[in-house]
Amino acid sequence: MDSTRPAIKTRNLTRKFGDFSAVDNISFEISKGEIFGFLGANGAGKTTAIRMLIGLLTPTSGEASVAGFDVFTEAEAIKNRIGYMSQKFSLYADLTVWENIRLYGGIYGLPMETVKAKADDLLKTLQLSDARDKRIGSLPLGWKQKLAFSVAVLHEPDIVFLDEPTGGVDPITRRQFWEQIYEVTEGGTTVFVTTHYMDEAEYCDRVSIMVDGVIEALDTPSGLKEEFKADNIEEVFIELARGADRSQN
Amino acid sequence: MRTIKFLLQKEFLQIFRNKSMLPIIFVMPIIQLVVLSFAATYELKEVDMHVVDFDQSDLSRQLVTKLQASGYFHLKSRSRDIDQGIREIQKNEVQLALVIPPHFKKDLRSGKSSSVQMNIDAVDGATAGLIQGYGRSIIQDFNAEIQPRATDVQRSGIAAPGMEVIPASWYNPNLDYIKYMVPGILVVLVSMIGMFLSGMNIVREREIGTIEQLNVTPIKRYQFITGKLLPFWIIALFELGVGLLIAYYGFNIPFVGSALLLFGIAAIFMLVVQGIGLFISTITDTQQQAMFIAWFLMVVFILMGGLFTPIESMPVWAQELAMFNPVAHFIKIMRMVLLKGAGWAEVQHLTGLLSLMAVIILPAAILRYQKSTG
Repeated sequence: MDSTRPAIKTRNLTRKFGDFSAVDNISFEISKGEIFGFLGANGAGKTTAIRMLIGLLTPTSGEASVAGFDVFTEAEAIKNRIGYMSQKFSLYADLTVWENIRLYGGIYGLPMETVKAKADDLLKTLQLSDARDKRIGSLPLGWKQKLAFSVAVLHEPDIVFLDEPTGGVDPITRRQFWEQIYEVTEGGTTVFVTTHYMDEAEYCDRVSIMVDGVIEALDTPSGLKEEFKADNIEEVFIELARGADRSQN
Repeated sequence: MRTIKFLLQKEFLQIFRNKSMLPIIFVMPIIQLVVLSFAATYELKEVDMHVVDFDQSDLSRQLVTKLQASGYFHLKSRSRDIDQGIREIQKNEVQLALVIPPHFKKDLRSGKSSSVQMNIDAVDGATAGLIQGYGRSIIQDFNAEIQPRATDVQRSGIAAPGMEVIPASWYNPNLDYIKYMVPGILVVLVSMIGMFLSGMNIVREREIGTIEQLNVTPIKRYQFITGKLLPFWIIALFELGVGLLIAYYGFNIPFVGSALLLFGIAAIFMLVVQGIGLFISTITDTQQQAMFIAWFLMVVFILMGGLFTPIESMPVWAQELAMFNPVAHFIKIMRMVLLKGAGWAEVQHLTGLLSLMAVIILPAAILRYQKSTG
């Protein structure tokens, strides 16, 4: 990917379900290697926006490109260049850690030696080497989330999308998780992450806050705090999200 | 190809690890084949009978003995009251109340005709028909046996010349229902594997959410579908093989036709039922919905498939509908090939129909399967 071109670019991207605009004319640019925090209350439209960017949902109108490919016409080309970790744990619980890694390594067309070497590396870093041949379903949630992230970046994608990756995870594991995130950005990977933990928002290079399908604020964490004269992102978030019309789901 | 290899590896690992499904996949069909084949029979076994004998002669007793000796009728009770016999039928105690009139022996011995009455419980029409048929034939036999003696007494000389029909049952000389049922039941079993398991498997991934992780990969539609269909295609053909061995060694089903031909057609048939299963999976969100639709179709396919009742005796509209029933075609082919030794020439028309179904339903299902939602 051309390093001067944005990793993700949207213009007036909209998704309607009937009369309801889940995502309403959002526009932003994310540059290569950036960690972009995508905040918003439940039901604000974050997941809908992500699903459009990763080619699981066709947008109603607007424009968007991911890794230089158009989401309308080149959704399958995008899929080669991105990794995705969904809100809901979606590796195969009845397969072992290694079998899951092997499957996704194979699907992305990595040579088996590479997959093996990467798996060993990864499990060592995560201190999960003992779990290699355990079924993933039997592991604690924190381990599962770290493994899901590892599988999402196994093929060294240009961009990785993380939808609430740390939901329900303990603080120590969350911290380790973010260390993992930083590590992949050093390799030039762009990270697009949604979260409900405001301390995590502070770790991002830039943060957008979505309210009722619209992006209400977008800046660096310090820029946002300055703009809203707040001490932390949480205050900014509450200030903006309080005005939401959509009831919590 | 490489992607498909990884997908197949995954599917087989999951199938063989699924402790609740594995026995269902491999043991249940075999049990079903054995149990159903013995149970789903049209042969008459031990019909309970009430006898109202007004004659009380040695001849009337002989008739009753003959009925019992046939093995089809069991004398459960007797009385000298017709109403009693009907009451027994009403209570479901017996299915047949046989009434032998007074002067039965006297009439026969003196060359007059006599008649016995069979009161049959006809709630189950098929069984009633069988009771009537078997009973009538035994009574006629009895009639023929005593005829010479009657004529002796009469000294009338020549017995009335009658016309006799000598039936010859081809391909299943003993009219053995197991021979007829087993090939059909085998078809039902492989259809169920095809229609339920592959479709259900996809819906299950949708329910758990794992399908989303696959959908964000550059995996191709045909790769995904092949990964889902091929394992159960192989399993179904394997089970057909096991079933045929059981049929051959366990039930002595004559294996007259070509096994290769049968498996070739089975391979096409599997694509049809799997295509239907796949199609169902694309229009449903939960396993429950998918199961319900698949089950509904399966019941229609079986009941209108000529397994229990011949298609030829259905009303015309039903016979025309059966054209669209892949199960009906394959049951017919199985019986033709297994029992009659039909070759390609005899089954090419039906096989053509199955192939046509496969090339319609399978692409339709694949087209309907979408990685993204509109």
